[in-house]
Amino acid sequence: MTLLRAEGLVKSFGKTHALDGAGITIRAGEVVAVMGPSGSGKSTLLHCLAGILPPDSGTVHYRDRELTSMNDGDRSELRRTEFGFVFQFGQLVPELTCLENVALPLRLSGMKRKDAERAANEWLARLEVDGVADQRPGETSGGQGQRVAVARALVTGPKVIFADEPTGALDSLNGERVMHLLTTAARETGAAVVLVTHEPRVAAYSDREVVVRDGRSRDVEFAR
Amino acid sequence: MVCIVPLMSIGHALLGLLEGGPRHGYDLKRAYDERFGQDRPLHYGQVYSTLSRLLKNGLVTEAGVEAGDGPERKRYAITDAGVTDVERWLSTPEKPEPYLQNTLYAKVVLALLSGRSAVEVLDTQRSAHLGTMRELTRRKADGDLADQLICDFALFHLEADLRWLELTAARVDQLAVEVKR
Ligand SMILES: Nc1ncnc2c1ncn2[C@@H]1O[C@H](COP(=O)(O)OP(=O)(O)OP(=O)(O)O)[C@@H](O)[C@H]1O
Ligand SMILES: [Mg+2]
Repeated sequence: MTLLRAEGLVKSFGKTHALDGAGITIRAGEVVAVMGPSGSGKSTLLHCLAGILPPDSGTVHYRDRELTSMNDGDRSELRRTEFGFVFQFGQLVPELTCLENVALPLRLSGMKRKDAERAANEWLARLEVDGVADQRPGETSGGQGQRVAVARALVTGPKVIFADEPTGALDSLNGERVMHLLTTAARETGAAVVLVTHEPRVAAYSDREVVVRDGRSRDVEFAR
Repeated sequence: MVCIVPLMSIGHALLGLLEGGPRHGYDLKRAYDERFGQDRPLHYGQVYSTLSRLLKNGLVTEAGVEAGDGPERKRYAITDAGVTDVERWLSTPEKPEPYLQNTLYAKVVLALLSGRSAVEVLDTQRSAHLGTMRELTRRKADGDLADQLICDFALFHLEADLRWLELTAARVDQLAVEVKR
């Protein structure tokens, strides 16, 4: 089942044409690697897909809803309930403990503190970082911090996880562990993953790849 | 499928296995397949032809024959010369092959010369490489530490190829100018 579909995305920053007619299709539960050279438009594509960045033209459909024509409130509601995000770094709130960070998205949706923290604890354990629950992000290693971030992305039961170079700051052993835990958890919960990476060994955790070059994407499976 | 044991010297591997004690040819094949033969188990013919060569060179000796006939009745033991040979093999580094992507490079150049898409050639190869890497990654998830290390060896090599593919794709316009000069 098609979950997310972008068509004809165009996005410019001043004179830079970051996206020049890019498209992509994501089906429920699949892990898709978005690859391509630096500056080719991978992150811009991901931001447009996730409704973070409005494209200059083109459409993004999540199920039967069109993201670019939604109002801001509805769009952020959709992001909060249906999507999860993992970035290279800087996504955890430094003042909160790791447990509070993972519980945060649930608290924002109105869940009681006790229930939110119980769910957060379960996810920390699943990502094998329950040991750092009471530490602040600054007191964890890079690999632990990324696993906490993955736990936070998954705790709300999203349908799509957007991950932009989630292992970019990790060594290969830690990077692979994070990828293994992320893709295993996503497969178990049926979440799709859009994984931006330039590392082939990271992309090898995907089901298929889409290559972006010069702002245009080449979807091997959905080639036009 | 990639060749996981890269053209390893079967003779040395068998000698190494015999250092643990005498074995039948059949045992040796099993031990080899279990440790090194994930993708390409040995044929019996290979085992016996290798053993007869080792025998002729004095690196192994026959250590008893059981009742019955056929080569599978013989037990083989490593000799002192065989042990020396294993030691020499272990202490000699493998030649670091600057593994040139000759075929791929030729395909890229010929595509450019004939006005076809070289990027297409590179993308097709990338897709095939990633397919194999996915399979190895899955196998790694299900495997023990030995499987993981063997798969990682192959994965890092395939990744190196992919980096070359990427770099070449980025330079294809430049290369087009040069090959047509
Ligand atoms: N906010 C911005 N303001 C100005 N230019 C931008 C902005 N975001 C992206 N760009 C430009 O758009 C192009 C595509 O950028 P993008 O970040 O999508 O590339 P990328 O494929 O993710 O690269 P990398 O692999 O280096 O992360 C680049 O030329 C970049 O400089
Ligand atoms: Mg980027």
